[in-house]
Amino acid sequence: MIQLDPIQKRLLMEVADLHKVPEGAFNIRANGQSAGRVSTANIDITPKADGSGLDIRIKPGTKNESVHIPVVLTKSGLTEVVYNDFYVGEGADVIIVAGCGIDNCGTGDSRHDGIHRFYMGKGSSAKYVEKHYGSGDGSGKRILNPVTEVYMEEDSSLEMEMVQIKGVDDTDRVTRAELAAGARLVVRERLMTHGDQRAISAYVVDLNGDGSSADVVSRSVARDNSYQKFDAKLVGSARCSGHTECDSIIMDNGRILAVPGLEANDVDAALVHEAAIGKIAGDQLIKLMTLGLTEQEAEEQIINGFLK
Amino acid sequence: MLELRNLSFDVNDEGGNKEIIRDVSLIVPDGMLVAVTGPNGGGKSTLARLIAGIEKPNSGQILLNGEDITNLSITERARRGISYAFQQPVRFKGLQVLDLIRLASGKHLSMSDACDYLSAVGLCARDYIDREVNASLSGGELKRIEIATVLARGTALSVFDEPEAGIDLWSFQRLIQVFEHMREKIQGGSILMISHQERILKIADQVVVLKDGRVAAQGDRESVLPSLIGTASAVQPCRRIDPEEDA
Repeated sequence: MIQLDPIQKRLLMEVADLHKVPEGAFNIRANGQSAGRVSTANIDITPKADGSGLDIRIKPGTKNESVHIPVVLTKSGLTEVVYNDFYVGEGADVIIVAGCGIDNCGTGDSRHDGIHRFYMGKGSSAKYVEKHYGSGDGSGKRILNPVTEVYMEEDSSLEMEMVQIKGVDDTDRVTRAELAAGARLVVRERLMTHGDQRAISAYVVDLNGDGSSADVVSRSVARDNSYQKFDAKLVGSARCSGHTECDSIIMDNGRILAVPGLEANDVDAALVHEAAIGKIAGDQLIKLMTLGLTEQEAEEQIINGFLK
Repeated sequence: MLELRNLSFDVNDEGGNKEIIRDVSLIVPDGMLVAVTGPNGGGKSTLARLIAGIEKPNSGQILLNGEDITNLSITERARRGISYAFQQPVRFKGLQVLDLIRLASGKHLSMSDACDYLSAVGLCARDYIDREVNASLSGGELKRIEIATVLARGTALSVFDEPEAGIDLWSFQRLIQVFEHMREKIQGGSILMISHQERILKIADQVVVLKDGRVAAQGDRESVLPSLIGTASAVQPCRRIDPEEDA
């Protein structure tokens, strides 16, 4: 196993809460190479033959196990595209922790494009946690363009938590999902952009089977001169229910474009979207100031709570 | 002790300059509950906002324990010992009841200590401590949480702006008990309560009547309250519809 330097260790802590080698199956990718990989009896991690990424196979019926596949980049100017495929076996119930941390102190752009595909077997369920984090004061940008494709068989369930709070200059996120009967998808996205950052997140969720459901909720804060676009489309082609929500706070010169989209192709499709964008309410600041907080402290508390 | 000296406050609106508070002087002594009543539009809520520092007076002085706090910010007044319960409590997406009580107390309260404040306002702590302070809470629930934050602050002066406004009759009965309890445990602190509810006036030590921005009457409850009964300054939480009104 390759020795990680202190910056890489710090990034690992930020994106995967890893203080040491994780329990269970894992693969740690550092600067384009594997820095350690462990498979378990039920979870098999193998590199793809062409070296483009990993196949992660979770045996049917696997319960209470976790997979960690964090990525860290500390070399300025490194660009990589990685394909990771997850095969979650029938009836399995697991936690998958991904995440990418980039530290760029140099002048070249560092970029990680992760393409994750999930094949959720019948009745399987998984929680997927993905955190993005950037640090380093070089002029080179920290860029993350994640693509997530989700294929859900009958009665499978996937909960995705995607967090990007700090330091990533440019993100173009695309998430596509196809749900069969009884499948359930829950997405919780939390995003904060600052400086001149730009973040785009687009979803297309196809509810193809009777009894399928999707709930896609994004909470975001755009500060300074940053820009965000949230584009969520639900397509209901069966007796299904879907809900999308984009709830945002803008500050300074931040800009946000919310484009909620609903397409119903079946009379029994029930689809709802909600979108709200606004600055922090003056009353909220005043309330916390009457508790003894300064205006700045009040602002921080409101944002922390909002993104919690 | 809170002292207001010749306080005046005007606003500029379409109709020109409008006086909201005119030359108001009053004292809220330590260990006392002072109720400010009067007809709607008489300036009661503005007075509370002036004390909390949300509005600044055009003239006059506000003194807290002898110190002139007229030019201090909301934050500085809060830190010197003024708590203020909003007439319409503010909702926060994401902030939980526990967060708000901890912020109010100014320290990292244990879960069980925080729960005590909720119990004191008649909320089952277990059901509420993790709830978000958002639109999922009813007006009455928010109002009680608002009062719990004031209890958690435990400051020398607590100002309540129409604590009964917007809550149902059933909750109002419970709320009165909460205030009676606060009144018993007042010790060195003092409470200023904006209200025209007779039930609340009945637990006050002193009553101030504010009308057209001026102090119209001021004194011990026994001397002021009897003349207010049946007027807009001392109303019942619910009044039967008169047959004549009905027709």
